[in-house]
Amino acid sequence: MEKALKKILKENRENEGNLISILQDIENAFGYIPEEAVNWFASRLDINPGRFYGIATFYAQFHLKPRGKNIITACCGTACHVKGSDRLINGVKKELDLPEGEETTKDMQFTLEKVNCIGACSIAPVFIINKKVHGKAAADKLIKEIRSIKGANSEAN
Amino acid sequence: MKPTNTVIKVCMGTGGIAAGGSEVMDAFRTELDASGIEATVEKNCLMHKVGCRGLCAKDVLVDVIVKGQKTTYQYVKPEMISRIVKEHIIENNPVTDWVVGDDYHNFHKKQLKVVLSDCGAIDPEDIDAYIAGKGYEAARKVLTSSAPEDVIGIIKASGLRGRGGAGFPTGVKWEAAMKQASRQKYMICNADEGDPGAFMDRSVIEGNPHAVIEGMIIGAYSIGADKGYVYIRAEYPLAVERLRKALSDARTRGFLGKDILGTKFSFDIKVKLGAGAFVCGEETALIASIEGQRGMPRAKPPFPVYSGLWGKPTVINNVETLANVPYIIRNGAQWFSSFGTEKSKGTKVFALTGKIKNSGLIEVPMGIPLREIIYDIGGGIEGNRALKAVQTGGPSGGCIPAEMLDTPVDFESLAKVGSIVGSGGMVVLDEDNCMVNMAQYFLQFTQMESCGKCVPCRIGTKRLLEILERITKGKGKEGDIELLEKLSADIKDASLCGLGQTAPNPILSTIKYFRDEYEAHLKGKCPAAVCKELLTYYILEEFCNGCGACLRACPAKAITGEKKKLHKIDPALCIKCGACFDVCKFKAVKKV
Repeated sequence: MEKALKKILKENRENEGNLISILQDIENAFGYIPEEAVNWFASRLDINPGRFYGIATFYAQFHLKPRGKNIITACCGTACHVKGSDRLINGVKKELDLPEGEETTKDMQFTLEKVNCIGACSIAPVFIINKKVHGKAAADKLIKEIRSIKGANSEAN
Repeated sequence: MKPTNTVIKVCMGTGGIAAGGSEVMDAFRTELDASGIEATVEKNCLMHKVGCRGLCAKDVLVDVIVKGQKTTYQYVKPEMISRIVKEHIIENNPVTDWVVGDDYHNFHKKQLKVVLSDCGAIDPEDIDAYIAGKGYEAARKVLTSSAPEDVIGIIKASGLRGRGGAGFPTGVKWEAAMKQASRQKYMICNADEGDPGAFMDRSVIEGNPHAVIEGMIIGAYSIGADKGYVYIRAEYPLAVERLRKALSDARTRGFLGKDILGTKFSFDIKVKLGAGAFVCGEETALIASIEGQRGMPRAKPPFPVYSGLWGKPTVINNVETLANVPYIIRNGAQWFSSFGTEKSKGTKVFALTGKIKNSGLIEVPMGIPLREIIYDIGGGIEGNRALKAVQTGGPSGGCIPAEMLDTPVDFESLAKVGSIVGSGGMVVLDEDNCMVNMAQYFLQFTQMESCGKCVPCRIGTKRLLEILERITKGKGKEGDIELLEKLSADIKDASLCGLGQTAPNPILSTIKYFRDEYEAHLKGKCPAAVCKELLTYYILEEFCNGCGACLRACPAKAITGEKKKLHKIDPALCIKCGACFDVCKFKAVKKV
């Protein structure tokens, strides 16, 4: 981890970085904000860790817990909402067996996250599965896609 | 036979790519190679990507231009390409089965494209395509032969007002910043398009990033700024990528950097990625975020034109505002002010979505009646159902009921009916949408996005949401509607920034026009059959054939019945999840 953190520090020194850009780099490198990384920067830059957490909890982009291998993003924009995204989300939750209030499955395979709007409203409802945008999403197609990822995983194991 | 002068344009915006635009381009390439046209492709057959042309619902859209004759295909899939290449490109017989129909042409007929004039026509990743269409001419003209005062004069005379929501006159803002004596000033482009249901700015940057950059150069020259930032949402990866490429190309060609175009004017632009906070669309919060802090607004005045980024004079303009600037300079203030109404000049881009047939991105002259947008451009309501209302302005806006469809769409007229133009989201609602649920949806959003700095917004929106939640759960009390109205008025008056000041709007306007729906909820009924707790599911005897699909889908084991016999839902066990409703192919499951 140390090596990655040093690199982030160097890059931010060179490019007029700030706490947000440091946190964005940490998130990119590890997929979430590990406590050790915050403490490492806090002591090195002589900034209270609380200030890092103040920012990390303010912006939706930062995650304090590790996330799953596959990321499913559900758009909750207005157009998706009026076209029934809530029901689709519940369907995906059921398929992943996600308990209420949890985003990531126990086996760390899937994270289901909700975002405000990804701006692809004319093909609502929209889901993003591992960076691929699925427009006009339907429950059966989403579940098929998730099962095919699950299948690929179990084969790899 | 050799094809000559053939151009293929494939829509590759976020919508186009989601529908398979890349695969379509690959298929064209393979097919052209296989047909032996490859040797002449470079010379005679040009294929390129274009940004969004608006009608993303029919993606992938492909233009094939043979000898100057343009044919547009809709819903294009890779397997259709070989026939298009053979019959259309080689034999010059367009494949009429797949050509767009009247609705595509009607969609465009009443539109007036200024900002979007090059979107969907040029390759957004090719600076030469922009230059070929007179791109960067306006910047060249301004930098080499106009004084900043003259440029500001043109922008003021054009009547251009901010397209981000507030509608402040752009020229006046620039003038105030120009008059500041500070040696360091900043020009910021606000691309933090946070309204759910809006994608104007994303599409402009994806489709024509250079127009935004050129607008920023002209603005920076006018106010005397040498540094610029584009603050853009990280949720828009394609827009960020195209913007970064455009900036680097503009730098290589000398439109950005030191001594631009041989003049003494230097200016460069950096990209700042937003980290996902709606409130950062507010300008003082946006500045705090660029400075690396929590994006919390501060009290105004002082306005950013006096004290902005790092305390220096700063102009913040929205993407669409800036993209208008090069066209105004090129064609003159009078040309621009000839469109629109007396106080709202020019055009406005809207994201037309929801229960509408032709969902997509549109640009119309200010003042166009809402009816023409919905029925002529939008093609009417999906499934020919009844229109209930049009929601404009996102979580800061309101709704316009079907009876008021002749309202002209401009800043003043929409404000008069209790809504706003806002940044340009326009969501169409039909009889299946519950207005109380809509208000609750927006309040959920604003409550979550409230930064927490001022009490009226932090606690007020929470209380509003709690009241709405109990109403939609059938636990509303007598007097709740009046309480919502009173609280809303106080929150509007007392909140620090635009987020809190406008957050109650969705409630106030739905109460104003749909008070009966609120009252029905208080009596335990949701007229649109949306609010879960107020629904009852039952099975219609005449439609049920006992297939058992609902029984298998029910997670609560609330459905009983033997095979090929009528099934029944036990209301005591039903959790109202709607799974049976979704799986029934015979429309036998009803909800009321």
